Amino acid sequence: MKFAVLVNEGPYTHQASDSAFHFTKAAIEQGHRVIRVFFYHDGVNNGTRLTTPPQDDRHIANRWGELAQEHDLDLVVCVAAAQRRGVVDEDEQKRNSKDANNIADGFRISGLGQLIEAGIQADRLVTFGD
Amino acid sequence: MLHVVNKSPFEKNCLESCARLSQAGSCILLIEDGVYGALADGEACEVVQTCLEDRQVCVLGEDLQARGIEPDRIVSGVEVVDYAGFVKLAVEHPKVQSWL
Repeated sequence: MKFAVLVNEGPYTHQASDSAFHFTKAAIEQGHRVIRVFFYHDGVNNGTRLTTPPQDDRHIANRWGELAQEHDLDLVVCVAAAQRRGVVDEDEQKRNSKDANNIADGFRISGLGQLIEAGIQADRLVTFGD
Repeated sequence: MLHVVNKSPFEKNCLESCARLSQAGSCILLIEDGVYGALADGEACEVVQTCLEDRQVCVLGEDLQARGIEPDRIVSGVEVVDYAGFVKLAVEHPKVQSWL
């Protein structure tokens, strides 16, 4: 079965990103395909590589990135939500004349159409947020 | 339909709304702080008991454990599932609605 996952909450806030991660992992382990994880609203903050949690804590951004690399997951950050919150990739850096970018490995920035497309193409869209 | 409730009944009335609007044959899954809704001596035990008459009610075991709630403290009839069980419920039900 094809799943799409929507994450509307930032890391280390409540639990949405953790729940979404464990759900995604469990779905993959059962042989399902997760066609996209879309990060919207404060969820875009999951996609910055500059987070440095304590060593004995989980690294939420890296954990998503590693899962993406292992299973060829499409991690998409909403561009408008990202611009508002300062989550920037190289293209956005150039386009908006910023002095740096911070997108984490495995994530890409794209538009809301990617959420709609995932909702249409997947058999189930599961939302995690606050 | 699979209804996912992630808010404590002590904090918000999502579970109550979900119980009122969900239909017979659907499943309500309590995750995150929503697991407090499953407490046998909790705020929502009557709501949960009513739901159990014609709906399945499940609770995520990992989130119970994270909050120090032993499975013997939850309303009888509520099923404890793990993340794999969460995925299975999502497969069984054609739609998943999160009550955020």
